[in-house]
Amino acid sequence: MESNGIIDIEFWRLCAAYLFVVILLIIVKWRGITREKQIMLATVRMTVQLILAGYVLTYIFENPHPLLSLGFLCAMALFSIHNIFKQVSHTLNKKIKRMVILSMLSGPMAALFYFNVVVIHFTPWYEPRYFIPIAGMIVGNAMTGVTLALKNLHDGISGNREKVEAMLMLGATPAKAVKKYVDAAFDSAVLPTLNNMLGMGIIFLPGMMTGQIMSGISPLIAIEYQIAILIGILGSVSITVVLFIMLSFRAFFTKNAQLSI
Amino acid sequence: MIFRLENIKYKGILNIDDLQIPAYMVTCLTGESGAGKTSLLRLLNRMDDPDSGLIYYQDQLLDEFNPIELRRKVTMLSQAPFTLPGTIEENLQIGLELTEREKKDKEELVKALETVQLQKSLDESAENLSGGEKQRLALARLLLLNSEVYLLDEPTSALDEEAELKVMGRFLEKVKREKGTVIMITHSKQLADMCAEERIVLKKAKESDY
Repeated sequence: MESNGIIDIEFWRLCAAYLFVVILLIIVKWRGITREKQIMLATVRMTVQLILAGYVLTYIFENPHPLLSLGFLCAMALFSIHNIFKQVSHTLNKKIKRMVILSMLSGPMAALFYFNVVVIHFTPWYEPRYFIPIAGMIVGNAMTGVTLALKNLHDGISGNREKVEAMLMLGATPAKAVKKYVDAAFDSAVLPTLNNMLGMGIIFLPGMMTGQIMSGISPLIAIEYQIAILIGILGSVSITVVLFIMLSFRAFFTKNAQLSI
Repeated sequence: MIFRLENIKYKGILNIDDLQIPAYMVTCLTGESGAGKTSLLRLLNRMDDPDSGLIYYQDQLLDEFNPIELRRKVTMLSQAPFTLPGTIEENLQIGLELTEREKKDKEELVKALETVQLQKSLDESAENLSGGEKQRLALARLLLLNSEVYLLDEPTSALDEEAELKVMGRFLEKVKREKGTVIMITHSKQLADMCAEERIVLKKAKESDY
């Protein structure tokens, strides 16, 4: 069975893939590791979510409309913000939450529109076949970046309370007293993207490129897209994280330049 | 009087009806642990705000100062002074850098080290210093800031008695020459006897005071 140059996996063969899950279940049962529930949940959620995504995307692709593309983008952004809040275990104060929302709504969007309009240059601008997958990569990576930045900024400042306060006592501005931890947080957020770029093409072929190659597109075109998207992701992560850090470090201080965590 | 406190209440730790602290003098702050000595210095340095009451610095309400500007005049040395990775010179200059002032030349840095009796060269690493040496480095860093008031929270806790008296003697002499004021927490009776011109003894606040 072939359509559009790629094999359509037959239903029973797709079901056969779940054998791997069964093997995993047998292993954890045998080793006495209590993870069955989570494995089942992850498998079921993955299956259901992807089936839904398949139908939703098919519908959107057949009925392209600017509002549908933008709606999808909004949903992704909101979901990613929710995810950031969930992943950070300590309680966040309101100011910091606001900064997460603000930076996630502006950084990735700016990167996305520049990328779509200038780099890939597809028309119409909301063409969902391009717009949605690219948005997913840009927003998703910014989300990971902000999560890391938030965790590291919080741990850096709260773990070095005494040092930060000792500097404030001398008359340092909050910005100077936490510069080291702000820089470290930025670094930790951008590092995974940079490491990813270092291993690119040698250690692994990224999902997007693999998909394009399997669907019959020349590797030379696939790498064009891959190069562009990697740089786009780097830009999106950097802009979003910088914005987030610059906005949020102040939230660790009161208006009287006292530490408030 | 450089500081005046009226009806200060702070977190059930401090309850001060009226307290005046003189200018150009060394005031020693003593009292059992938990009496709120550090809390009092932190209020003067604006690291915390009182729950109620008024604090005046040179007849002006503390609230009316920009907190960062105030701390550059009324500077506090934390109980746990910090050292950064790098040389002794960098560790001395960082105080000036953090407070947005011009760096000082090496001559002055060496003089500050002499005052606190730290016989080390400027390009030695600061991280290998002992606890007592780090404390003296922090005192030297503080001296370079030329503040009006120095709030010292047990500045010599890691020094032995002899060194303590020597170092603080020279430090206070230098500050007084420059018309500075010192308010110092110390547990050392000798040190207090030697240098206190004024004393404040804090008592643990009782429940009934609130």
